[in-house]
Amino acid sequence: MTRLIVVRLLFGALTLWAVSLVVFAATQALPGDAAQMILGRDATPERVEALRDQLDLHEPVAVQYLNWLQGIVQGDLGTSYSNRTEVTEVLSGPVLSSLTLMGLAALAATPVALLVGAVSALRRDRAFDHASSMGTLVVASIPEFVVGILLILLLGPGGLGWFPSVYSREGGPDQWVLPVLTLAFAVAPPIVRMMRATMIEVLESEYVQQARLKGVDERAVLWRHAAPNAIGPVAQVVALQLAWLAGGVVAVEFLFNFPGVGKILMDAIENRDVPLVQAVVLLIAGIYILVNLIADVIGLAANPKVRVANR
Amino acid sequence: MTRDAGREADSGGGRDTGAAVLSVEGLTVIGRPSDVEIISGVSITVARGTILGLVGESGSGKTTLGLSLLAHCKRATEISAGRVEVAGKDLASLSERGVRELRGRAVAYIPQSPASALNPALRLRTQLREALHDASLSAADAQARVREVLGEVALPDDDGFLARYPHQLSGGQQQRVAIAMAFVGRPDVIVLDEPTTGLDVTTQAHVLETIRRMTRDYGTAGVYISHDMAVVADLADEIAVMYRGEVVERGRTDRVLADPRHSYTRRLLTAVPLLRTTGHEEGGEPEGEPLLRVAGLDAGYGRTRVLDGIDVSVHRGECVALLGESGSGKTTLSRSVAGLHRQYTGEVVFDGSPLAAGSYRRTAEQRRRVQYVFQNPYEALNPRRRVRDQILGPYRHLVGRPRDPGAVVAEALERAALSASYADRYPEQLSGGERQRVCIARAVATRPDLLICDEITSALDVSVQAEIVKLLRGLQDEGMALLFVTHNIALVSNIAQRVAVLHRGVIVEQGPVGRVMSAPEHEYTRALIADTPDFELSFAGAPERLGMAAQDRPVTGA
Amino acid sequence: MSAPVNAGVEPVTVVPRGRGAGLFRTAWGFGRTKVGAALTGLIVLIAVVGPFVAPYTPTEFVARPFETGVDGTLFGGDNRGRDVLTRFLWGGWTLLLLAGASAAIGVAAGTVVGVVAGYRRGWLDDVLMRVGDVLLAFPQLIAALLVMSIVGPKVWLIVAVIAVSHMPRVARVIREATRKVVEQDYVKAAEAVGLPRWRIMAVEILPNVTSPLLVELGLRLTYSIGVVAVLGFLGMGLQPPTADWGLMINENRQGMAVQPWAVALPVAAIAVLTIGANLITDGLSRAAIGIDRGVEK
Repeated sequence: MTRLIVVRLLFGALTLWAVSLVVFAATQALPGDAAQMILGRDATPERVEALRDQLDLHEPVAVQYLNWLQGIVQGDLGTSYSNRTEVTEVLSGPVLSSLTLMGLAALAATPVALLVGAVSALRRDRAFDHASSMGTLVVASIPEFVVGILLILLLGPGGLGWFPSVYSREGGPDQWVLPVLTLAFAVAPPIVRMMRATMIEVLESEYVQQARLKGVDERAVLWRHAAPNAIGPVAQVVALQLAWLAGGVVAVEFLFNFPGVGKILMDAIENRDVPLVQAVVLLIAGIYILVNLIADVIGLAANPKVRVANR
Repeated sequence: MTRDAGREADSGGGRDTGAAVLSVEGLTVIGRPSDVEIISGVSITVARGTILGLVGESGSGKTTLGLSLLAHCKRATEISAGRVEVAGKDLASLSERGVRELRGRAVAYIPQSPASALNPALRLRTQLREALHDASLSAADAQARVREVLGEVALPDDDGFLARYPHQLSGGQQQRVAIAMAFVGRPDVIVLDEPTTGLDVTTQAHVLETIRRMTRDYGTAGVYISHDMAVVADLADEIAVMYRGEVVERGRTDRVLADPRHSYTRRLLTAVPLLRTTGHEEGGEPEGEPLLRVAGLDAGYGRTRVLDGIDVSVHRGECVALLGESGSGKTTLSRSVAGLHRQYTGEVVFDGSPLAAGSYRRTAEQRRRVQYVFQNPYEALNPRRRVRDQILGPYRHLVGRPRDPGAVVAEALERAALSASYADRYPEQLSGGERQRVCIARAVATRPDLLICDEITSALDVSVQAEIVKLLRGLQDEGMALLFVTHNIALVSNIAQRVAVLHRGVIVEQGPVGRVMSAPEHEYTRALIADTPDFELSFAGAPERLGMAAQDRPVTGA
Repeated sequence: MSAPVNAGVEPVTVVPRGRGAGLFRTAWGFGRTKVGAALTGLIVLIAVVGPFVAPYTPTEFVARPFETGVDGTLFGGDNRGRDVLTRFLWGGWTLLLLAGASAAIGVAAGTVVGVVAGYRRGWLDDVLMRVGDVLLAFPQLIAALLVMSIVGPKVWLIVAVIAVSHMPRVARVIREATRKVVEQDYVKAAEAVGLPRWRIMAVEILPNVTSPLLVELGLRLTYSIGVVAVLGFLGMGLQPPTADWGLMINENRQGMAVQPWAVALPVAAIAVLTIGANLITDGLSRAAIGIDRGVEK
């Protein structure tokens, strides 16, 4: 099993490297070059030339890439074009805010989703199951920013007026409610569906039938026989949903004007701040890959066939 | 043995052999919401220490009956009438809790496939211990009991074994664990649902022996569900034959075999292939250049070697059986000949010219003359194409565009004993036997000289199997050579002239069927014949089986 | 295995059976499919017919910014005083076109990759799937944003980026389905006969993966609508002064409290459209499960 995990880790690292290559290559497709972009159209050719030297833009592309990659590995993400500060510095605050937002959303969504899924499975084909199936289907279809706007229209200043719809520095903790709720709604449906499907599959399995035929009581059937076999697939989906959050925050942060990485990304794109865009995309892809990796490992660990090698 | 003493101590004298411990009366199970009766008005009784064989083909309702003996109904089914009495208690009158307490102690269940019935996430210790579910037992006593039962089913009882997960056991071991799990609670009644399906005959013989011994020693009433008449005839004291949800015949085993009263029982019995016959048209060693000659063939997958130095030949109009258990490499061999397996070295010569490895490197004419019929007819037909197109596809590719496609299809179907009206059907509109006939029709449409049949009857009910075998013999009479791959030694005598016995990738014995069956030379062949359950039929008309004319009936086996 | 394949509870089947209903017919049997079709149909109707019945042109100024209750306008003016209803009626077809095109291209390309990878196995399978894994490491939206931010928001690029981001996801699903089909003996039968590989893929495999294919198409269409809309919302999709539902939400969200219609109309349309599309997809996938397993559920 350790070997399998090491292989996955290596593969994750490889993917991250390939992602860095793609991100770097994409920025090479820019019209003009970075020096021109930083200084704007009015800059004198001499100043542009000087900055080019400073940014190593005369070097071959491969060397530029290696320099850039070396910087990243050492934690140096470059300097933001727009406000001339270290990218790491620009990002540290927002990253924390975004992670808090994602964490809160996950904490709000996961337990409820698991519960709803499990109850649906146990009350299969009854009213609750039908309602939750329809509910998750509807919520899952709508893009997350539309969910956010619907929530604003309903609970925000224009509607019931319970929560503020825009994040501001002076705002109280209630301004977190709508963004967290939006993300939670976006994350929950697949977890509910997976929980339900897995529970049903496990409960209908021959080994659960056999446990019942052995006269094991229903609670032990559920906790001892069904649950361990359901953990793997469900945990994987939970992790995948958390990974989705890494990309999903962008539109939600933009909507609520929440000062996280998503908003930084949109601002950076607006200002054509290439190092910042690169850094944020790499960061998000990194989180995405990492959480996917965790999902993989959980899936492996939950499977006794992998955990205990054949003797 | 201490076991006997222990049994007497806790049984309280109620375990005298002979009393009916399971009695079922007028049991009817219906499906919801259609209200179709899955089993109707079934009555059976089983006495302590005896085994009732419940025989029926697929769809006869035997599994449903088996489960209802534990008051368990599959989804969307329910018991609508009748009573099930186990050890004096009516299951229907008990609460859910009461039923639960009865399960495992009064009545236990051994499933068809232990691989899926053992929980993959739990160690054997946990699964065996909870089957005991007796709160009065101390942990040490429970442990001791588990070890005792494991010993009885001839499994190791050390801690290392108990700590294993199901996937770390072989198929035979898994089935023994399932048996141990059923007997650990000393049940009065035990229901066995085809517990030896998927095991090879040697393992099956051991498992059956264990079951027989355990039911006798424990004084347990056994209900053995099976589609295999030979196994039941060997094992059971009484036989109940199920057909379309009803028990059509019930009686002592020897009586049913000697004097079957219901026509379905008769049909079922005559369809079972006999183990020992001299084979289909006994002839001497064939002479001349064989149609197919395999010499020194080694094959494998990657680095794993599966076949080692195989020499086999098939002459024109001859049927050669390739007999082997699962994992013997028989399918690899037949696929190598058909060009579906390419990783082999050695000589494969067809009609004087060598066959290349891989069908794509052979000439169209070679591919036309060697055809292959697959094991599972449910997977061998493209579900999205009509029978007509399935037959015409290979024909167009190998023979060319026919002038009259309808005639080609009709003729092929006719040779497979199907009417031309089947041409417009889709596979899902066909039964298993009909599907296999379509597969045969597809293969014979191109008029091949050699037909390779890979376990083509193993997915079919025994009565259908008999029909297919009859069909193949007809084809052979028309001059087609057959390479008949099978794990079922009983089939060999009924179709082949010569047999090659494959064991772990090596041919251990080869020769005329009559000789190999009556005087096997290799130890493995002898064990195989000894372990295969067989029975004698003596009722009038019995010899007319598998389309064998009465005068062909061999005297040797009977 | 010597077990009869359909040993189990069902009673003896009456032979000959009728051919089971097709995927669409089975799917149509579910109430939700009908509801989904009605919802989707409604929005498609608005998007297609809208431009012909709109009272004004989409760039005509008829009111003051965010003004409501103006004579001659049903829902008032937007952030620049253009008629909200007109812009709503004009703003749907671009979304449908872009989403439809990207889903179709992505699913088609993904299917080809999936069938080839699933059937040919070996190094080709490895290469295709590993490339797919790298593409999958970008969340769909992030990939689109990265490209848009660099090249600039162009229509063909939107379609291309979304299609490419669908590709590995579709390919994975179709590859799985293909591998199950390839295991089946009818594919081996075709190989034994020596049928060309491309014909095997086209005739034996493709028709047998149509169920997951249709489900994927529905799913990818739903996602495409979402991504196109969110790109518009982020200002990275169609550019002003085009009337586009996503863009409308972006332009008018500052005035949401005073003029909710300019946001509510496109939001409602997108929600109804995606729900409808997903309901149809759900009906298809339920039907596909029933058909593929050969059981009624």
